[in-house]
Amino acid sequence: MGDPRISVVNERLKEIRNIIAVSSGKGGVGKSLTASILALALVKKGYNIGLFDLDFTSPSTHIILGIEGVQPREEKGIIPPKVHGLEYMSIVYYTSNYALPLRGEDVSNALIELLSITKWGKLDFLIIDMPPGIGDATLDIIRLIKNIGFLVVTTPSQLAFETVRKLVTLLKELNVRIIGVVENMKMNKSEFIQQQVKSLRVAVLGGISFDAKIEKSIGNTVSLLKTSFAKELEQTLEKLGF
Amino acid sequence: MHEWALAEAVITAASEIAEKEGLKEVTVLKIKVGELQQIELDILEFALSQLKPDKFKNTKINIKIDKAELRCRVCGHQWIFSKEELDKNSAEAIHFIPEIAHTYIKCPKCGSPDFEVLRGRGVWLESIKGVR
Repeated sequence: MGDPRISVVNERLKEIRNIIAVSSGKGGVGKSLTASILALALVKKGYNIGLFDLDFTSPSTHIILGIEGVQPREEKGIIPPKVHGLEYMSIVYYTSNYALPLRGEDVSNALIELLSITKWGKLDFLIIDMPPGIGDATLDIIRLIKNIGFLVVTTPSQLAFETVRKLVTLLKELNVRIIGVVENMKMNKSEFIQQQVKSLRVAVLGGISFDAKIEKSIGNTVSLLKTSFAKELEQTLEKLGF
Repeated sequence: MHEWALAEAVITAASEIAEKEGLKEVTVLKIKVGELQQIELDILEFALSQLKPDKFKNTKINIKIDKAELRCRVCGHQWIFSKEELDKNSAEAIHFIPEIAHTYIKCPKCGSPDFEVLRGRGVWLESIKGVR
C-alpha cells in the first residue's frame, strides 16, 4: 500500500515560514559556504534559522561552521541541536565522519526519513544545503516541499553556468520558485554571467568576489562573518529584503 | 523514541486513505516493520494506540516483522541482517536512518558497502480495511 512517511513531511515543516534550497548544477561553486554564511547572517539579523545539510555523501557545513560534539535529541522524533544560534541537522550525526556511499534510491529514502522524523521548531527560514546537480535529492525536494524557493549559485566559469542553465530551466518548467542566482568567485568585472542570468529571466542577486583568505576562517563562525565573502553575501540579503 | 514520529506518519497516511476510500470506521490496519530499522515494537504499538483518531477506535492493528535481506551489488552474495554483528552506536545510527547501513555494514563475502536492501527496510502500510 505504501510508504507512510511522505504523508507527514509537510506537517513537520508547517511552522517554517521560508524554505530556501541553496543549489547549483555543479560542485565546488561554494554552495555549502553560501548556505552556511547565509544561515549565520540571518541569525545575526535576529531570525530563527535552521540549516539542513542534504549533501549526504559529501557533507561539509559542519566543517565550515566548526560543529562537533553535539547530537540531536530524541523526543517523539528527533530535534536538531541549536549551534551558533541555528538549528542544525546533518547526516554526520549518524556517520561519525565515515564514508556513506549511497545510490539514488538510498539518497531518496534517507532524505524522506530525515524529513519525516526531524522536528524543527518555529523557524523564519530553513536553509537547505543541496548536493550538486539535478539528481534524486533535487527531484525529491521539489516533489515533497511545496513552498520551496531555490537560491542558485554559479561561478564565472562557462562550465558551471551551463549546468546552472539546465537547473534553472528545469525549475522553471516545474514552476518552482527561483529566488535568484548568485555569482561566486568573481575575479573581474565581467558581466557575462549577469547577462546570461537575465536572459533566463531570473533575478541576478549579485556577485561575490573570489575570497582567497576565506579558507583561514573555516570552522570559526565569528571569523567567517568578517570575511569579504560574508560582507558581499549580506549585501545580497539586503537586495532580497531579508 | 522516534517510533512516535513513524507512528504519526502511519496514522496520517492511514487516515488519508480512509478518507479517500470513504471509510467511516477502520477495522483492520496491517503494518510491516523491517528489521533493519530495529523498531521497538512496544513503543510503536503504544504510540499508535495514543495517536489514533476516533475512526480508528476499534481498529485491530496487525504488525508483521519483515526480516532484512541484503544483496551485494558487486559479488551477488545475499544475506540476512543481524543486529548482533553491530556495535551499539552503529546499530543506533541505522535505527534512525536505515541507509546509514552503507557506512557500517559490508558484504560478508567481498567487503563491499555497495549492497541493496531487498526487503526489511522501514515501516510500511500493508493494508487497511473498514466500514463504509
